[in-house]
Amino acid sequence: MGKIRTRFGDGTPLELSESELMEDLENGTADAAKRGDIPVLSKEELQHLVDIFKAPYNFVSVEPGNEVVLSYDAGTLKIRRVGVNVDRIQALQIYEKLFGADTMELCHVDYSFKPIKPIVTMERPILEQALLSTHIPLFYGAMPNLGLYSQPDGPYPNPAELLPQGKIDEAQASYEATVDSAVRDILYASNAMWESGADGINLDTVGAAGDADFQASLIASEKMKEKYPDMCIELGMAGEFILGMHSELEYDGVRLAGLYPHDQVKLAEKAGVTIFGPVVNTNTSESCPWNLSRSITFMKECSKVATIPIHVNMGMGVGAVTVNDHPPVDIVSRASKAMVEICRLDGL
Amino acid sequence: MALTHAHASGMGGMRAAGDLVARVQMARGMRIQEAKAYVAERLKLSVSELTDPVIMTEVRDDLQIGMLTPMPGCAKGIEAKFRIAEVLGLDINCVQRFRQRTT
Repeated sequence: MGKIRTRFGDGTPLELSESELMEDLENGTADAAKRGDIPVLSKEELQHLVDIFKAPYNFVSVEPGNEVVLSYDAGTLKIRRVGVNVDRIQALQIYEKLFGADTMELCHVDYSFKPIKPIVTMERPILEQALLSTHIPLFYGAMPNLGLYSQPDGPYPNPAELLPQGKIDEAQASYEATVDSAVRDILYASNAMWESGADGINLDTVGAAGDADFQASLIASEKMKEKYPDMCIELGMAGEFILGMHSELEYDGVRLAGLYPHDQVKLAEKAGVTIFGPVVNTNTSESCPWNLSRSITFMKECSKVATIPIHVNMGMGVGAVTVNDHPPVDIVSRASKAMVEICRLDGL
Repeated sequence: MALTHAHASGMGGMRAAGDLVARVQMARGMRIQEAKAYVAERLKLSVSELTDPVIMTEVRDDLQIGMLTPMPGCAKGIEAKFRIAEVLGLDINCVQRFRQRTT
């Protein structure tokens, strides 16, 4: 048996023997199991991963019948990011008619709820027009992005400056104030877009600013669901565990700092979230087999304990997809197939 | 990358029944197997036929629920979504609001 061609987490090509491949897979699942206090992958599941990595093709896919629904974060933004000069309704149509998208998301280039608030009057007619001419379900999405609420970008003292000074109480008070402001902005923009006919609201990159970010998103989801019980809320995470920037914040009596996806999803369910998008970060120094085995270990447990649909994040730098602006088809397709088949997911 | 996922594990969007299964997941919070079974039953198809673009083109044409290549006279955009709501037995937010504004 010759060497198996794969890559490092940054996309650099790598060749492994079959025993080296299995060693990386075993180490990846062991790392996740230890961090998350969850089971490792079974021998059969590891062998399935070996078979996927050994397949002598550039591109692999799931077996017929195992296909899942795809949802997209920062949807219309990505068309502009690559320099294609079309407006957002055209971008939605491109995804719908040319890219085989099952759902799509309208978003603004300044992809946070705070800057959306003053321009929501301009955003609503775009969504309303898009809904007249498209067919697939349309989300409106943005990030909670609590970083925008502290000085110099926002009104509250900057915790990143207070913490090194030992001003713990002041930093925590600042985080708590940002939660209240962020919840108001999320509700203002999301409720307006729902009133304009959106099929769902996507809270994206949740937890990027730590436990306060996650708490604000859960509180906002709960309030949106109270007001609009039929609203679909997708909550997509920023990283694999909740950073304890405040460290003592709770939701429903559960401390948020340090939670991994299988614990995050239970709080999302309590908050009324419809679809949960967990994340596992890609380690650029390890191989893609190591990263994929590790990611699947976390995602399998998350999918197992969930009662709501799970759409795992598999964009650049997460879900074992390489940290590179142009993720290679050989790795993305292997990660896609393996993640869906082993974790019994509902979507990506 | 989005295209790679769409080919490797996606349901094909409106080339097949991906948008319909997505709507059921979003509206009812169903997990994938339950959502596929629901759509298959409503369309009187097998689950495996939901991702077949040839079969689904005929079904979408017959039911007027939106086609990738819209022929003259076929339901498009919001017209097709009125039909999707009826066929799937779901409320679609923008369809409800369209109805409120025009009646």
